[in-house]
Amino acid sequence: MTELSTFDLGLASVLVILGAIIAAFLHLAVTRTLLIAAIRCIVQLLLIGLVLQTLFGYVHLGWVSLLAGIMLFVAGWEVMARQHRPFRGGWGYGTGTVSLFLSSFTVTLFALAAIIQASPWYHPQYAIPLLGMLLGNTMNGIALGVDRLTEGAWAQRDTIEARLMLGHSWNEAIGQIRRNSIRSGFIPIINAMAAAGVVSLPGMMTGQILAGASPVQAAKYQILILFLISGGTILGTTAAVWMGSRRLFDHRERLRLDRLRTP
Amino acid sequence: MPRLEIKDIRANALGPITLAIAAGECVCLSGPSGSGKSRLLRAIADLDVHQGEARLDATSRQEFPASQWRRAVGLLPPETHWWQDRVGEHLASVDRSMLADLGLAEHLLAEPVTRLSSGERQRFGLLRLLLNRPRVLLLDEPTANLDPATTLRVERILQIYRTTYATPTLWVSHDSQQIRRVASRVVHISQGRLSDDTGALR
Repeated sequence: MTELSTFDLGLASVLVILGAIIAAFLHLAVTRTLLIAAIRCIVQLLLIGLVLQTLFGYVHLGWVSLLAGIMLFVAGWEVMARQHRPFRGGWGYGTGTVSLFLSSFTVTLFALAAIIQASPWYHPQYAIPLLGMLLGNTMNGIALGVDRLTEGAWAQRDTIEARLMLGHSWNEAIGQIRRNSIRSGFIPIINAMAAAGVVSLPGMMTGQILAGASPVQAAKYQILILFLISGGTILGTTAAVWMGSRRLFDHRERLRLDRLRTP
Repeated sequence: MPRLEIKDIRANALGPITLAIAAGECVCLSGPSGSGKSRLLRAIADLDVHQGEARLDATSRQEFPASQWRRAVGLLPPETHWWQDRVGEHLASVDRSMLADLGLAEHLLAEPVTRLSSGERQRFGLLRLLLNRPRVLLLDEPTANLDPATTLRVERILQIYRTTYATPTLWVSHDSQQIRRVASRVVHISQGRLSDDTGALR
């Protein structure tokens, strides 16, 4: 594997700067955002690289759990931040975080214990990157699904209430919207699996090959990751959309859009 | 004994409102726009958060599961809403004589909802509600989109339903002639409060 030097990264950064110049020239009003994102990318990735390198020296369940916890809370925050009409109060944060925990942690534990069989099972070299992949992707599914749910309930509130007036339960009244929302959370991972290797090489596989792994071995790892992600996304999106749909109604099965924040 | 009783209903800028409607009685509710007519109907059907009690045949609303309460107190909103493509898919069964009484052709059942006129949709909305056999009728301007002849048809069907099942009825109407035709009693509402109960008309 060719070691990357600071100079190499500096060369690559010329491209980002070029992008920023074009953006400024065209008055796209994204120059600042683009540069901040690039700087965040440098700082965050180098930092996590250092953290992981340190962590590999102290293989201890406590440290791994701490980092996993921080990752979970940040991912839960991201889910809420991407909502157009998030739930008010603790639910906005709770729905995403709880369903992320249920899905990503379960799937990661399953992969570590049953498939990877590292020793010890929580070895950070496997646990942290796996959990990161799962959280990042599951987060997308959950954010999409819940956003679609709350937007759908808002747009179709009259239809939902028309069904309630006819004596339908909350479960029947939101059923169609809930199904569509869960489905929309699945679409990115279905697309990713269907297009993998044909349209583009997935990022992880590309990284492994660049780092010198055998392409077949990299492909096998990529398949594993995609399957884990699809399991996590399906579990997480279903859980989050279910919890969210219940929260849209109160104990008398009234549609409670006042529980959503107004954009 | 009154079959539908509501007591001290209060919601945002509404009430307190107390009202009792006897079996087979038709109470017409009139009042200016924004006076709280629809809000009162929605509160009775328990669609919005509010305070107060409602009883049907002396059974408290709290004793009904929410969906059964709403099925019992059939609320017909001024605008109908549909969630399937075709009208027929919203009806559990087809009552041909009722279709005919409402002046609706049977082939309309297979039409996309969006192809129907607002008057047709309103009558299908009423049909959909009556097929549920509600024990109370809460009607929010049920003839707003209808021509005079069809209005009379709808009034007659509601009259037959009300007398057959002794249904307490709360009917929101702006049309003073219609009120004279259908009301057993008229109640006015303004700024969220009932006033001027003019007593029995007939």
